[in-house]
Amino acid sequence: MSEKVLMKGNEAIAEAALRAGCRHYFGYPITPQTELTAYMAKKLPKIEGGVFLQAESEISAINMVYGVAGTGKRVMTSSSSPGISLKQEGISYIAGADLPAVIVNVQRGGPGLGGIQPSQSDYFQATKGGGHGDYHLIVLAPSSVQEMADLTSLAFDLADKYRNPAMLLADGTLGQMMEPVILPEPSSLTVDKSWAVTGTGMKREHNIINSLYLSPEVLEKKNFERYERYKVIEGNEVRYESYLMDDAEYCIVAFGIAARVAKNAISAMRQRGMRVGLIRPITLWPFPKKAIRQAADKVKGFVSVELSMGQMIEDVKLAEECLRPVSLCCRSGGMIPNVDQVIEETVRLQKQVEGGEF
Amino acid sequence: MAIVFEKPKSLTSKELHYCPGCPHGIIHRLVAEAIDKLGIEGKTIGVAPVGCSVMAYDYFSCDMVEAAHGRAPAVATGMKRALPDNVIFTYQGDGDLASIGMAETVHAATRNENITVIFVNNAIYGMTGGQMAPTSLPGQITQTSPYGRDIKTQGYPIRVCELLSALDAPYYIERVAVNNVKNVLSAKKAIEKAFRNQIDGKGFSLIEVVSACPTNWGLTPQKALEWVEEKMIPYYPLGVYKDRSKEEAR
Repeated sequence: MSEKVLMKGNEAIAEAALRAGCRHYFGYPITPQTELTAYMAKKLPKIEGGVFLQAESEISAINMVYGVAGTGKRVMTSSSSPGISLKQEGISYIAGADLPAVIVNVQRGGPGLGGIQPSQSDYFQATKGGGHGDYHLIVLAPSSVQEMADLTSLAFDLADKYRNPAMLLADGTLGQMMEPVILPEPSSLTVDKSWAVTGTGMKREHNIINSLYLSPEVLEKKNFERYERYKVIEGNEVRYESYLMDDAEYCIVAFGIAARVAKNAISAMRQRGMRVGLIRPITLWPFPKKAIRQAADKVKGFVSVELSMGQMIEDVKLAEECLRPVSLCCRSGGMIPNVDQVIEETVRLQKQVEGGEF
Repeated sequence: MAIVFEKPKSLTSKELHYCPGCPHGIIHRLVAEAIDKLGIEGKTIGVAPVGCSVMAYDYFSCDMVEAAHGRAPAVATGMKRALPDNVIFTYQGDGDLASIGMAETVHAATRNENITVIFVNNAIYGMTGGQMAPTSLPGQITQTSPYGRDIKTQGYPIRVCELLSALDAPYYIERVAVNNVKNVLSAKKAIEKAFRNQIDGKGFSLIEVVSACPTNWGLTPQKALEWVEEKMIPYYPLGVYKDRSKEEAR
């Protein structure tokens, strides 16, 4: 089980989902995640109880997910940015009905049809709700093919544990690149799913999967309850990597593929004597606020490195409570910041700080 | 004293919210009677739509799911694939099934998805107060066709049974009505058949029930039933549109 194999990121997600006990997958072709759909199309029909279905649209796919999630079985869909926009209505219903499900977004540049090159510009959509209403997704951001697999397993467990949809927020680079990966062991988590619709068997009252509450008092109560659960998630499930932060004077915050670039930039800067570290959020929601707040007591400034026009930077600023300057190093539209750009931005921030600009 | 008529067991005792004279009550009863007769309440899961019957999940005593507008056939597809031994039905109106959910309807049909679809066509959006539906008749006055449905700018009504029966896959498609006793009895048989087809693993069955909306048509319940006979049924002829058991028999 623990052998190391060479896999594409998209395929690693698919294989990890199968190992997590997911037997139901609904998708619709879109670049750059199609390998995931193709992998499921090949594997699931050969597994007992396996269901692969290419839906007529992303909208149908997410509603098929809603149907399976209501039966209490593990289920997944995947897409890329424009397709994820189409799924937002269904995701809101899944969250509103308190159902577990896993949604994979292998992001590409936007807005609109955008492009097919990697991006992180769905950060707001993923972490702030995405669809209508009061809810959050649990959002996991892998930074390697290994994490594509590991965080897929975790996404299924967290979704089940908290009865909330979880999103794996990857990008086109991670989806397409090949790296060695040790595939995760099957999950041992067992949770009560007595809420599921499986037929009453004439042995219990009927279960109803629903997000409609016409009484505002009742709807508010439901939302309050959900947000109490979110507090528990925020308490238990924050994950991040802290890299060379012990002596850091400057802190880069970056997730996913941007964090890989940031690490290379940090090595180069440390060779030049600059003390720079990295906080890499692994959960984008819940966001590692405390880690960033604590770092703000020690460092002189932050650099948010993103494949977007600057979205996560807002959460970084909220987390560090305006104690230090936060600068942005970004590319957009499918472009990726390179090591030189990260160094340049960090040096610029350092000069500003040392020049007393802040 | 002998009991001659009872509420079906697979309906809850919750009071229906439908307007006076609305045939949804009759159609709910026919669905519940079919479930009772086939003894499948314990393994049946219903999918409610968005529209007047949005709260059908409170009225059927089997497990129920509330779907997003138009998505019931996709939700039912997921459920049937996950639970192939259960019986899954959707209960949808004309706006839900033939407008926003047309893609889901056509594709569930062309996959011959083994589900039962109860399609209630009353030629209007009732829940939102009487707007033009995909099945509103030419010239029909609604809130969004106040001068009458103009076929030049608002298009023609969609005949769902005729459209779907052009597909190779769907197993059984029939249009019925509930405007008189004779039609109610035929509707009852059709609905039961649609459930039996699923139990026998035959595939997609859709029963279109031509219904009425006295409130939004601006007619008394009695006049609304007359309108069904005089206007609706001539445009939407009753009958079996597809029955692949006939092909199997050949």
